[in-house]
Amino acid sequence: MVMIMLFSLVILSAPYSNQSSMSAFEFAKAVLDEGHKIHRIFFYSDGIHNATSLSAPPKDEINLPQEWQQLSEKENIDLVVCIAAALRRGVLNTEEAIRYEKSSANLLDKFEISGLGQLLEGRKYLLSCRFINTARAG
Amino acid sequence: MSILHIVNKSPFQDSTMNSCLAICSNQDSVILIEDGVFGALLTSPVASDIKKLSARGTRFYALTNDVVARGLTEKLLPDVNLVSYQDFVSLSIECKQIQSWY
Repeated sequence: MVMIMLFSLVILSAPYSNQSSMSAFEFAKAVLDEGHKIHRIFFYSDGIHNATSLSAPPKDEINLPQEWQQLSEKENIDLVVCIAAALRRGVLNTEEAIRYEKSSANLLDKFEISGLGQLLEGRKYLLSCRFINTARAG
Repeated sequence: MSILHIVNKSPFQDSTMNSCLAICSNQDSVILIEDGVFGALLTSPVASDIKKLSARGTRFYALTNDVVARGLTEKLLPDVNLVSYQDFVSLSIECKQIQSWY
């Protein structure tokens, strides 16, 4: 019998600062390739920079924020950004941009701003799932 | 209770790998990824710890992609098994808990 496992991932590091976001992305793809599911990916601390719509890397390099977005669309994965971490670092959706009277919003549309409660909610499946933190720079 | 320890820091730069190996049980597995693969070198500062733990049953793995990217394939401890991302996923399922050392 093939067991299907439900994964939740936590991303703590910014893309391009170190390898960790890329490792998490490769791991996520391997999880799906192996026939398992990802319930939610939670972006926390510097990890929230993975959710910006303004990232513009050279054309021959991977655009990690766009890749997360496409993965979410294709596989129906919740992408959740920690609100406290995102507001401090200047990643805002339209609602927050209006609330704080900022000139624009820059959260990619498949990402949702929420709180740590969503991180805990991801853990409720712990008995049947795997909860993986990806590392950040020291 | 088996734990999969994920270490992504080089032991030449950071003490996380030492901390991990200090509490590792013989039921546990350790996967070295990113700069953590430098820990699998024959000349690594944790080489003797890895050999000791491996002899007692702790299993050691290193992510092939990260080893090859750093040109370390021919310089690794025989105690460390090279694995793919698919194997990484399997290990994370086989072990009851996952501890990322960061």
